[in-house]
Amino acid sequence: MLTKRIIPCLDVKDGRVVKGVHFLNLRDAGDPVELGARYSDEGADELVFLDITATIRSRKTIVELVEKVAEKVFIPFTVGGGVRMVEQIDELLRCGAEKVSVNTAAVENPGLLTEAARRFGNQCIVLAIDARRSKRQGGKWQVCVKAGTEPTDIDVVEWAVKAEKLGAGEILLTSMNADGTRRGYDIELTRAVADAVNIPVIASGGAGTLEHLYDAIVDGRADAVLIASITHFGKYTIKQIKQYLKDRGIPMNL
Amino acid sequence: MIVVIDYNVGNVRSVCNAFGHIGCDVRLSCDPSEIEEAAGLVLPGVAAFGYAVRALGSLAELIKKAAMGGKPLLGICVGHQLLFEQSSEYGLHEGLGLIRGKVVPIPAGQRVPHMGWNLVKMADDMDLFAGLGNEKHFYFAHSFYTDVTDCDAKIAYTDYGFNLPAAVQKGNIYGTQFHPEKSGDVGLRVLENFAGICNPPSPRLRRTKRRTKRC
Repeated sequence: MLTKRIIPCLDVKDGRVVKGVHFLNLRDAGDPVELGARYSDEGADELVFLDITATIRSRKTIVELVEKVAEKVFIPFTVGGGVRMVEQIDELLRCGAEKVSVNTAAVENPGLLTEAARRFGNQCIVLAIDARRSKRQGGKWQVCVKAGTEPTDIDVVEWAVKAEKLGAGEILLTSMNADGTRRGYDIELTRAVADAVNIPVIASGGAGTLEHLYDAIVDGRADAVLIASITHFGKYTIKQIKQYLKDRGIPMNL
Repeated sequence: MIVVIDYNVGNVRSVCNAFGHIGCDVRLSCDPSEIEEAAGLVLPGVAAFGYAVRALGSLAELIKKAAMGGKPLLGICVGHQLLFEQSSEYGLHEGLGLIRGKVVPIPAGQRVPHMGWNLVKMADDMDLFAGLGNEKHFYFAHSFYTDVTDCDAKIAYTDYGFNLPAAVQKGNIYGTQFHPEKSGDVGLRVLENFAGICNPPSPRLRRTKRRTKRC
């Protein structure tokens, strides 16, 4: 049986992990390669590296980073942040990334998803959606672009369904309302998207306790959960997370 | 030396890295003479089937000839699918036809792509899985699968609502639908096993070892 995935997310700025990661016994807590290797050793199922600066200069840095991570880490990892063209996806995949995530560029040019899927297969094209509860349309969520700074009129569930048809192979769904609160994932949002599409959905934003992860998988029907501060700050280890979920009946690679 | 076929598709670097990590003499190449001289070939692939076939071009015949001549060949993911006769991904495309069977979409009822770590029940007579026990998790990421119809092929399955062929072996030809290079330590063991198949210890060395042991 396919297991549910636990995916630590590392935000990278100028080649360094930001948000601080408090592992013990690390020579350098900001080195993405060392942190990635550490999470891999701990039993993470995948990793996500997000280039949060996404400038022309940082693009070169992220390619170098991908090369270094791929030399040390032998589990899949996704790279995202500022990816706009098929050529960039090609370069990142060739350097060793398993998947590449796109966000704003896909909203502006949905054809990018199709072009990329036809060339690389849809399994390596992740659509990242930053979702915000709409004040105007009660109960709905709107897609935000440019690192969440610009709201659009696009409905999240409709966009997810369209993106699947266009060629997205997975959805990384972040609730901007829940992100950083540690009060739990937006279960309603996760479930609305997970029920509407047939591609895997990664729940993101809001994890604070182990129960939150369980809820996202069971009630939100997420195939995977993205985590950051819950492990970065040493509150739980990947093993503890997996053991808890396994004990509650969720299939885990443990 | 093991040659990883360089044919302009993604993922080639990670396959080389993984072989390098386990101390294997590996080269990424599309040079016909290096392919002919290699102890074993690896056909990786992160691509759509049709794109991969076009990108492979004239290398296809070379790989086929080498495999039919007994050289160990390992196909990974789309490289595994290329070993078969035909795929229906974005139109009909011919594969290498080294193993009988077709590449078809994963049936409705499950999420597609089949993405993540799934438990593979390993047939114990498959060389790739030597020393790995009965079942292990491997990383999958694919939307099509191989419907194997070749009676001469050994098959290891994983459960995805149906028995999905996770790995095949037909003589010196091997394929894994999962990514051994992204399946952590267990995956590296599979690559070690393939390296061992390509470069078996020479009989002379083995004799020396045995003699040393007896002494």
